[in-house]
This record gives sequence, C-alpha cells and structure tokens, in this order.
Amino acid sequence: MASERETDDVTGVETTGHEWDGIRELDNPLPRWWLWTWYGCIAFAVGYMILMPAWPGVTGYTKGLLGHSDRVDVSRELAALEVQRGAGAASMRKASLEQIEKDPELLAYAQNVGQSVFGDNCATCHGIGGTGGAGYPNLRDDVWLWGGSLQDIQHTLLVGIRADHPQTRMAQMPAFGRDELLAPAAISDMTEYVVKLSGRSADAAAVARAGPVYAAQCAACHGAEGRGIQATGAPNLTDADWLYGSDRVAISGQIYAGKGGVMPAWGGRLSPETIKALSVYIHANAGGQ
Amino acid sequence: MSAPSHPELKAPAGSAGLLALSIISALVAIVAAGLSQDPIFRFQVEIFALGAIVAAFALNAGLASGSLREDPDRYSDNVIKAGVIATMFWCLAGLAAGTLIAAQLSWPRIFYFPELGFLNFGRLRPLHTSAVIFAFGGNALIATSFWVVQRTCKAKLAGGIAPWFVFWGYQLFIVLAATGYLAGATQSKEYAEPEWLTDIWLTIVWVAYLLVFLGTIWKRKEPHIYVANWFYLAFIVTVALLHLVNNAAVPVSPLSHKSYGVFAGVQDALVQWWYGHNAVGFFLTAGFLAMMYYFVPKRVERPVYSYRLSIVHFWALIFIYIWAGPHHLHYTALPQWAQTLGMTFSIMLWMPSWGGMINGLMTLSGAWDKLRTDPVVRMMVVSIAFYGMSTFEGPVMSIRAVNALSHYTDWTIGHVHSGALGWVGFISFGAIYCMVPWLWKKAGMYSNKLIEWHFWIATTGILLYIAAMWVSGIMATASLKPSRPSMSRTSSARSAA
Repeated sequence: MASERETDDVTGVETTGHEWDGIRELDNPLPRWWLWTWYGCIAFAVGYMILMPAWPGVTGYTKGLLGHSDRVDVSRELAALEVQRGAGAASMRKASLEQIEKDPELLAYAQNVGQSVFGDNCATCHGIGGTGGAGYPNLRDDVWLWGGSLQDIQHTLLVGIRADHPQTRMAQMPAFGRDELLAPAAISDMTEYVVKLSGRSADAAAVARAGPVYAAQCAACHGAEGRGIQATGAPNLTDADWLYGSDRVAISGQIYAGKGGVMPAWGGRLSPETIKALSVYIHANAGGQ
Repeated sequence: MSAPSHPELKAPAGSAGLLALSIISALVAIVAAGLSQDPIFRFQVEIFALGAIVAAFALNAGLASGSLREDPDRYSDNVIKAGVIATMFWCLAGLAAGTLIAAQLSWPRIFYFPELGFLNFGRLRPLHTSAVIFAFGGNALIATSFWVVQRTCKAKLAGGIAPWFVFWGYQLFIVLAATGYLAGATQSKEYAEPEWLTDIWLTIVWVAYLLVFLGTIWKRKEPHIYVANWFYLAFIVTVALLHLVNNAAVPVSPLSHKSYGVFAGVQDALVQWWYGHNAVGFFLTAGFLAMMYYFVPKRVERPVYSYRLSIVHFWALIFIYIWAGPHHLHYTALPQWAQTLGMTFSIMLWMPSWGGMINGLMTLSGAWDKLRTDPVVRMMVVSIAFYGMSTFEGPVMSIRAVNALSHYTDWTIGHVHSGALGWVGFISFGAIYCMVPWLWKKAGMYSNKLIEWHFWIATTGILLYIAAMWVSGIMATASLKPSRPSMSRTSSARSAA
C-alpha cells in the first residue's frame, strides 16, 4: 500500500498516495467553472428564497419580499370568474328549473356551466359521458333510482345519497346473506326469482319456493311486482338496467351483501345556481321525466 | 488476497442457524395462511412459506453434501455470480413488462385482457417500474457492491452465510412484491407499492445487507475507505431510512394484507415524494455513482480525476438531495413555501450531481483513445453523459414555471427513462461486462461485436425514446384547452325525448 504521493506521468498531477485494488486518485483541485456555477446556483436559490415564500417558522413562514401567494392568485382568479359569470348567474338564480330549460339562452348557459362542473366533479364516478359503470348509475338513460324530474335531480344533488347531509337520500338494502337473514339455499332461490322478474327464464321450482319470501322480505321496498319505488330509492327489478350486474353471480352477491353506493351532498360545495345548471344539464341530456 | 496458507474448507458461519430459522418461518407462515380469511394475505404468505421451505431444503442439502463449504481466505464470489445472473434475469423481466405496457398504451384494443384482470395496465405499470428499479437495479447494486467492497477493503464479505441470505431474501422480496402487485396488494405509493408484510421482509433483508457491508468495511485491510464505498453506504443507509418512514402503516389485522398509512392528506403526499425523490437520489444516483467510481477507473486504468471533487460533491449531494422531494408537488395543496424549498434545493443540486459526471469523464484523461477501441468504455462514458443530461434536466423541470409545462405529461416519463436506460442501464451493463470475465475467469466477454451492437442499438433507442417523449409532453401541454369531451347532444335530439 503506497501512502506516498507520486506524480501521474500522463497529466503531471500528483496523486493522493492512496491506492485501492489498483485505483489511485489524482489531487486535482475543484474545477473553477464548476465551483462558480455552483455558487451561481446557490445565489439564485437564496435570492429566490428571499423573494418568495420559503422558510417555515413556529407560527408561519417567511412570506418573501414579492409577497407572492398561490392562494391569493387562485382567489383572485375565482373572483374574476364570479364577475364574468355575474349576469348569467343572477338570471339563473331568479329563474325556475323549468324556465331555464325552456329559455334557449339560459339553457345554453346551463349546458356550458353544467358540462364543465360535471367534468370536474361528477365524471370521476359517472364517466365523462355520464354513462356510469358497475356500481355507478348511468345518467343518460331513462332509469332513475331517486326520480328523474328536474326537482328530483336537483334534490339528489343537494343532499346526496347515503351522504353526511341530515336530509340525505337514504336507503339500505339488508345484507341477507352476510347478516344471516336468509339461508344460502334461500338466496339461490331468490336469485332465480329476481332473474324471473326481469323476464328471463329461471328455475320454476326455485321461483315458486322464493315467492312467499319475496312477499315478506322484498316487496315492501321493491314492490309486489318488483317495479321498485323511487321515493325509497328501491330499484326496478323488472327492467334490463342493473347497477351491480345482471348475471346470477352478481344478483346473488347483491342479495348476500346488500351493497349501496354513496354520492356526496353537493349543496355545501357548489353554489345554488351551479347546482341548478348541473340539474338542467343532466336532465336535458338524459331520458328525462 | 494473500495466498491461502490453510485451505481449510468449512460451511459459512450461521448456516445451521439460518436453516432452523427457515423451518420456523415456514411453519409460522403456513399457520398464518391457515388462520387468515384474506385470500391475498394467504397468497402472499404461501409464497413466503414456499420460499422458506426451498431455502430449508437447499441449506440442508448444502450442509449435508458439503457443497456450501468455502475457503475462508478467498473472496466470496459465488454470491456475486448469482447476483449477476439475477440482474440479467430481472432486466429481461422488467424490460418485457415495459414493452407490454407500452403496447397497451399504443394498441389498447389488442393488449386489453378483460378476462385476466391482473394484466391490466394499472397493475403492470408498477410491476414494470419496480422490476427495473428494484429487481434489475437493486440486484446490480448488491452484486457490484459485494465485488467492490471486498476488493477495495481487501477483506472477504462479513457475516458467514449472511450475504447469501441477503441475495435470496432480496429475490423473495421481489417475488412477493411482484405477485402482490398482480394480485392487487398495493399501498398506492409510487415506488413503495408493496404492503406491510413485504415491507417488513425487505427491512429484515436490508438490515442484513447493511450489516454485511459495514462488517466488511470494519475488517478492511486498507487504511482508508474508498469513495465507491461511501456512495454504497449512503445508498444502503438512506434507503433504509426512507423505507421505514414512508411505509409506516397500521395493518388492518395481523392476518390481513391491507394496511393504512400513518400519514394522511398533504403530509402523506410530502412524505411520499420525500421518499420518491430520494429513491431516485440514493438508489438510482448514489448507488450507481459508486459503481462508476470503481468500474470506470478500473476499466480505463487511470486514476480518479479529483479526490477533492469526490469529497465535496459526495457531501453536497447527500445534504441537498434530501430536500428536493417537494418539487414533485408543485401547484398542489402543498404549501407554497415547501414548493419553493423543493425547487431551490433542486437547483443547488445541479453542480453536486455534475461533480460525479466530471470525475467520471475526466478519469479518462490520458485514455480517451479507449473510446474507439473498447465498447465497454464507450458504454460507460455515454452512461455518464446521460447522467449529466438527466441531472441537468431534473433541476430545470423542478422550476415551477417549467414544471407547469412538463408535469403530468410524457416529458416526465422521458426524463425518467433517460436516467433509467441511459445512466442506470448503461453503467450497470458496463460493470457487468467488466465483472463477468473476472468472475468466471475468462479472457473477455463472448463477443465484443455484440457489445458494439448492444451499444449502438440501445443508444439510438434511448435517444429516439426521449426525443419522442419531449415532443409528446410539450404537445400535450400545448393542446390543453378548456374544451372537454361532452355529453351534450343537439337540441333537436333533446326535443324528441
């Protein structure tokens, strides 16, 4: 192990005298351009920290000489947007939902606002085109769990479904299997019964066995003929529209677990005129009621 | 090492203990699988049990037949050979997964497998990133670190059987992580997807790795610690710290695969990107700089350019990198002051990163002709060039105004790939091309011509890739207009309803 410094023949620079597995090190100084560029970067960084919000303290943070704030920028832009929307928003507030839908100018306004708000808030679950998916209702058809009139849609938006609003739309299907309200065999029979309700062929013996159970357990919400009741949010079981799937596995799974989705209450997050616009937008683009 | 005076062969210390631990672990895992109601937990624990059972049989057979015995006076090279093979295996797996998800993006109708949900893009994408970074990169780092630390310390790996435990334990971690992703077990944290069970296993393996590395340095026969070992040590220690903090979570139950992180909201995001960016800084930068600091001077047979530069840029890199994470969260709910710090520290990081580039490139002074004659040297030099380019691009992208343009676009993906394919890939292949003939006692690689082809095809491919991603990223931002897809239809259609 050489610990003496020696001179490298090629460059004429001294080595540090260390050696590891044949590797030596030259004792070159830090390259000047490197050092000065680094100092420049540090100067820029420090300058930026002085000008902009930067260092946290106990009660706040250094605000920076420029007094710049992203939050202030956002509020200013939102305020400008409010001003820009002012006239339209005022007439939206005054008009009823029906008037908005009949007046071409207000309808165009509602469509534009609705489209943008829908994209930001609703599309995550209901899809950008509003056609929904498994567990998320389709808003383009004429099947409505809680009613498809303008007022129904507006109310659903305001209070949500199974949301944390005191007046939220609430319906809870029992988990017949998980909570052991029905035996597994009874759930299989009931699955056949529900298949039969939607007009498909099913095991007749099972349907006969499930009939009295349906009358006792299900009819109160879904109706004696399975057509559902919109006031309680119970779905129609006789149509071709299935929130959680139409095959036997999906149906028996739903009887077993009694799933129910949650939609937030938008009343606290969107302004009244925005909810109006959204209601009209959804109503106008669906098979409305 | 000096010629062995007593070539007395014996099994590495701790072999029997590891055998006992494997049997106990297998039993515990089987009981846990039996008790759990959670299919994903059972799946994961069964894989773990399988690994422990295979380990027990292999150790038992090795002890019985005497094939585990080795010369205590020779370097532990067999575990490095295994590491090189594992590196190449996971490289193929990671690149194949990347090619498949790229095809899914380009031809979503052809490469969409609704019946095979686990081949969904959302599950394969983290599989690809983890396979490339942790499986390929991690194995390359472990294998080269075992080579470098022994040679530069003139000491055999410490810990008896422990290096083999580190190697196989890490492979088991990779399998657990990968199968977990496919099964849907994920914390949804970028680069930290594995759930708590896999995280704990990696912690055990990583602590063993740290102890093996420290133990070898401890018994070194050289007075000084070589710069490559500083970088390896920084990589090992910091990754342990990052892993522990970002994965702090409470399992739903000891028999459930699912856990909930202890951080929430913007704090969670900040911790995640503190972790995420330092995974880049300490895994993909510090670790591979260690590789560079050994294999480049070794291959070109020239001294390292500047000892002073290596000290200054090492400590600057360590101190500054750890602050840069918030630049992943510009214009989010993260307070603006934190964004400022993330951005300014990223800018101050530019030169410390380039210190490594200068030291790597200037080590060639007096040996530049080797660029013409030796494709391995060329590969390593181009690797350092890509390193320089991505460590310049990174600070530029961290500037808020630039980030507004580049973030959430393909530009970011391109940036990552110039680092991963150009820097990490090429320096690893350079190291492997050096190490394979040394390990297997051959005069050279099988074919220099193939290395030439490798170099040119890969370089062209990477350049095309990143150029395409720049264009696509900038186009994406440029085309961000307020218009969105709409569910509106014409009023005449509505009036019919």
